[in-house]
Amino acid sequence: MTAYILRRLWQMLPTMLGVVVLVFLLFNWVGGDPAYILAGKMSNPEQIANIRKQLGIDESYWVQMWIFIKQIVTADFGASWSTGETISNVLTTRLGPSLTVLIPLTILETLLAIGLALGVAYVRGSLTDRMVMIACTVGMSISILVYIIVFQYWLAYKLGLFPVQGWGDSFAENLFHYALLPILIALAVGIAPSLRLFRTFFLDEINQDYVRTGRAKGLSEPRILWVHVLRNAAIPIVTHVMANLPSLLIGAFLIERFFSIPGIGREVILAVERSDFPVIKAITVYVAAATMLFNLLADLMYKAIDPRVQLK
Amino acid sequence: MNSPMETTSPGLWALAWRRLRTDRIAMVALAVVALFLLTLLLSATGIVARNWDAEIGVNYAPPTFMGAQSAEERGVQGMHAAEEAVPDNPRDPLADVIRKLRAERGAGAATDAAPVEYYGVVDPLAREIAEIRAELAKGSAATAVERRATLPLGADKWGHDIIQKTIKGSETSIVVGLTAALLATLLGTLFGALAGYYGKWVDDFFNWFYSVFTSVPYLLLILAVAAVLQQKGVLTIVLILGLTGWTGVFRLIRAEYIKHKGREYVMAADAIGASDLRKMFIHIFPNISHVPLVQMSILTVAFIKSEVILSFLGFGVPVGMASWGSMLNEAQNELILGKWWQLAAASAAMAVLVTAFSLFTDALRDALDPKLK
Repeated sequence: MTAYILRRLWQMLPTMLGVVVLVFLLFNWVGGDPAYILAGKMSNPEQIANIRKQLGIDESYWVQMWIFIKQIVTADFGASWSTGETISNVLTTRLGPSLTVLIPLTILETLLAIGLALGVAYVRGSLTDRMVMIACTVGMSISILVYIIVFQYWLAYKLGLFPVQGWGDSFAENLFHYALLPILIALAVGIAPSLRLFRTFFLDEINQDYVRTGRAKGLSEPRILWVHVLRNAAIPIVTHVMANLPSLLIGAFLIERFFSIPGIGREVILAVERSDFPVIKAITVYVAAATMLFNLLADLMYKAIDPRVQLK
Repeated sequence: MNSPMETTSPGLWALAWRRLRTDRIAMVALAVVALFLLTLLLSATGIVARNWDAEIGVNYAPPTFMGAQSAEERGVQGMHAAEEAVPDNPRDPLADVIRKLRAERGAGAATDAAPVEYYGVVDPLAREIAEIRAELAKGSAATAVERRATLPLGADKWGHDIIQKTIKGSETSIVVGLTAALLATLLGTLFGALAGYYGKWVDDFFNWFYSVFTSVPYLLLILAVAAVLQQKGVLTIVLILGLTGWTGVFRLIRAEYIKHKGREYVMAADAIGASDLRKMFIHIFPNISHVPLVQMSILTVAFIKSEVILSFLGFGVPVGMASWGSMLNEAQNELILGKWWQLAAASAAMAVLVTAFSLFTDALRDALDPKLK
């Protein structure tokens, strides 16, 4: 087990290096000279030269690359170009609000989608099944923007059931006051694709021989569905949920932006708007690393769910 | 497709078409998509919606069935009417700030430049804009256009006809989606073919490339590229989506090439001395061409959605160009004033196209690959 984990971590190195090179090329080569962005419209050559020296971009690309790798390893990206806040501070303070929305959201969405998908898969081919699937397709076709605009206007602004936007200091206030509507909207948007996907996972299992065997020996239908079928369909579900976690962090950026939640996603948009390259670089590299680690974690969880899985 | 000889069996495409034709939902979806494409063609050639940015209606002209509204009702009679249209929300965290700003301004009382304010944020360019508007109004007064009080689906802030604007916006969004999907499919097919056919270090290299691109979440990658490419434009957004979206196609095409390269017909082609490129694209490709087709269809839907989000955030199409995303962006502010028609038009157009396109894609996949079902 330890050997497996070590080997997987070792195999991540080339990919991680690739991400670093990709981000480096994008921002240091394609992006042009950042000194001009930093100096703004009014600049003289001395200022530009000064900024270039500070950033280390008067050095060769190899030296710059080395500086970038050192920054990643030590988690010291210096200060944001637009606010002057240190990047490590930006990352740590923005993670909390993001997770306050994301963790309840992921749990609720997964449980709801599993329950509904299992029900729909059980009555597959029926009118209910077809109606739910059509509703999912139509629901997925409406832009997430429309959901947010309409719900925020109607539920929060018109009816006043929720705060229109904002974020407090205490965790409980955030979770039970400010995060409620964002979670509700993200749930409404996210449930349709998950439901559709999980339904196909269950359909793959529901015609298997062990289901017939279960019925033959007199197991109750709920037991067959919730114990036997669910256990077997759990692997693709876990893969899907785990693989989606890091992108959820970014994917919630629209919600965070609309509701002024000071999370990672909103930070990315702000950084793109302000051409704040160090913030984007740091978030990209760390989210990529998180994605790889979560993939490994998903593989380890297979083993826990299904003892037949051999980790090679 | 009809062969004079009875002995020839129908090909893959003929069979797929036959299966597709029996699927009633697919045919309806195909008709809807075709209708959109026809409208796109008409608008691209300038037959319809050429003058979409002509200000033919009064500002915020309501849809015809609602009847004409006076200027006060429309909330365009200067600043104060617009302000009244925004009631205080009891839970609005900015309410205090707004009230304070309003009180301050009331004391100043020298703000007849009528800046449009939302949540009390003063537009610093309001005076300039007002001057430009006044000039423009002089210009248009010379040409003497009677502005209409209502339009079939209403008008936006400037009095543009929503129907024509939606048609123009659909053109932008669909063209971006299709071109970007074409680019991504081409890249994915090329990479996948090289990796799957040559194997060994070529395969290792492309696999590494693939894992690098997939380990960065897609939206983050798009935003990072958008941050770097400073100039906005249709080409930029096509490049952003196309260069980042090839990974799914690559994975499938690579698997197909690995499967096919050992088949007998490829060995036969090898025996008659066909070159690698010839084997890859003349012999193998026609046998797997349904895979990129279905993928392109899936990508088009995904890219249309991405374009809408990018344009909404202001990283997409340039200002002055209509797209579903930029329409939604305007509609967000209009909704607070109770002007829901632009939001409704853009959302409905997008939802109808995407639903039809998704249903058609599902049917196409089932028709081309019956084993998958």
